[in-house]
Amino acid sequence: MFLDIFQYSFIVRGLEAGIIVAIIAPLIGVFLVLRRYSLIADTLAHVSLAGISIGLILGINPVLTALGTTVIASLGIEKLRTSKRVYGESALALFLSGSLALAIVLLSLARGFNANLFSYLFGSITTVAVSDVYIIFTLAIVVIIVLAVFYKELVYITFDESSAKVSGIPTKLINTILIFLSAITVSLSIPIVGVLLISALIVIPVISALQLRKSFIKTILYSEIISIFSVITGIFLSFYLNLSAGGAIVLIMLAIFIFIFTIKNHNLKY
Amino acid sequence: MENNSYIQKNLKTSNRVDHSKNIIEVNNVSFNYGDEEVLKDITLNIHMGDYLGIVGPNGAGKTTLLKIILGLLNPSHGSIKLFGQDVKKFKDWSRVGYVPQKATNFDVNFPATVREVVAMARFAKRGLFRFATKEDDAIIEISLKHVDMWGYKDRLIGDLSSGQQQRIFIARALAGQPEIIFLDEPTTGVDQNAQNEFYNLLRKLNKELNLTLVLVTHDIDRIIKEAMHIACVDRILVCHTSSEEFIKQSEFLNISGQNIKVITHHHNH
Repeated sequence: MFLDIFQYSFIVRGLEAGIIVAIIAPLIGVFLVLRRYSLIADTLAHVSLAGISIGLILGINPVLTALGTTVIASLGIEKLRTSKRVYGESALALFLSGSLALAIVLLSLARGFNANLFSYLFGSITTVAVSDVYIIFTLAIVVIIVLAVFYKELVYITFDESSAKVSGIPTKLINTILIFLSAITVSLSIPIVGVLLISALIVIPVISALQLRKSFIKTILYSEIISIFSVITGIFLSFYLNLSAGGAIVLIMLAIFIFIFTIKNHNLKY
Repeated sequence: MENNSYIQKNLKTSNRVDHSKNIIEVNNVSFNYGDEEVLKDITLNIHMGDYLGIVGPNGAGKTTLLKIILGLLNPSHGSIKLFGQDVKKFKDWSRVGYVPQKATNFDVNFPATVREVVAMARFAKRGLFRFATKEDDAIIEISLKHVDMWGYKDRLIGDLSSGQQQRIFIARALAGQPEIIFLDEPTTGVDQNAQNEFYNLLRKLNKELNLTLVLVTHDIDRIIKEAMHIACVDRILVCHTSSEEFIKQSEFLNISGQNIKVITHHHNH
């Protein structure tokens, strides 16, 4: 009974894609959370919806068009944010609602995608195609390699940007790279948890691991464990109990966060 | 081997320090923020082996001046030379250490151990795809021992006291093997005992390791007892003189309406 799940190739593909995304989401998440950029994930997720609409209309793989729009928008957000003419969080609100408006208009122009759209909003691992797994795998490798190359610089900038700058690190370039990688990660997460739940995947494992108060490298390690465990458990539960996989994954992550938070902060005074 | 050369570099005797050689040259620097003139016509040289205290009231432009010297802000007018090179073209940042104003730059919940924080200073020296070497480890250890914090290497930075954190930031600056260290209001929020230890440490770095130090502070009483030279900044460069001279003249100097009290206060005890 337990191994039934592996007889269905669509579930195996979902698991493969899910585990890959579970690995890269906290790697990006740790830098976004510590830099107070958590909402960038959510914004880029909404931007990706505009990309998905374009993909659906043009008949291109929506993961690819989502990738295109999030990458372009990520550079736009960074430019707007660093111009200091617009507050950082306002820049995010602008892109979040603006791209959602674009998505709605595009979809109302081309009717008939509503069923499809639902699976992009909330994720649908059962519809992950073999080609999606290849795309996710290849881009995840790119994300991991780029992160490995700039890991030291990212840690320094995240901790103390001005000292990093004085030590000769090109902070502008590294910031752009981080937001670029976030865009890729968000696009890849769409099939697993859907547009509306992506930021949970990127943020919750990291804030759970942060409660443990460990070194930087151990914080990454624990968020990886939480993330991978939640995704695998969530997919299994959704299969046997016939639940939404994205929702199940996020609820498991939330349960882990609440558990760790309560244990670690039980002596907090309110 | 490289480890030894680092120790030797840091044990150079003071006669090797050429005090006549300027390593920082600030020429006619002005800085405007909107219509407000924050700094006007500052010209200031810092020589090798110097221990310079930059003092002035709050909002006098001290931190702005420091950020301009470090290339974090562009001056509206004038130029900066670091080690004889224009700051815009300067690439050799490993020669410069920086201890920023702690309170505004540091998240106490940041998940990093003392060792991880000090290791950051080695990052800029390592190219891409390069991982920490034994030499890095040795330099991190020496740097932490210089500030007497080696025993805390596995503690989280946020769990230490302000004074201890400040020592870790000094160790981080040291780990970059700089020739000059800039410190921005380093004793803010640090208790009196820790401040004494902190100034003792700075004296040791300046005298024994021959590091040039530039310290921005509003604590004039203390810095005139510690530094070799004092630069008073209040939008303009009000004075730049040796500490002894500064103490002698201070009661006649009207640096600013508020500040004169602080300076004369020093002579009352």
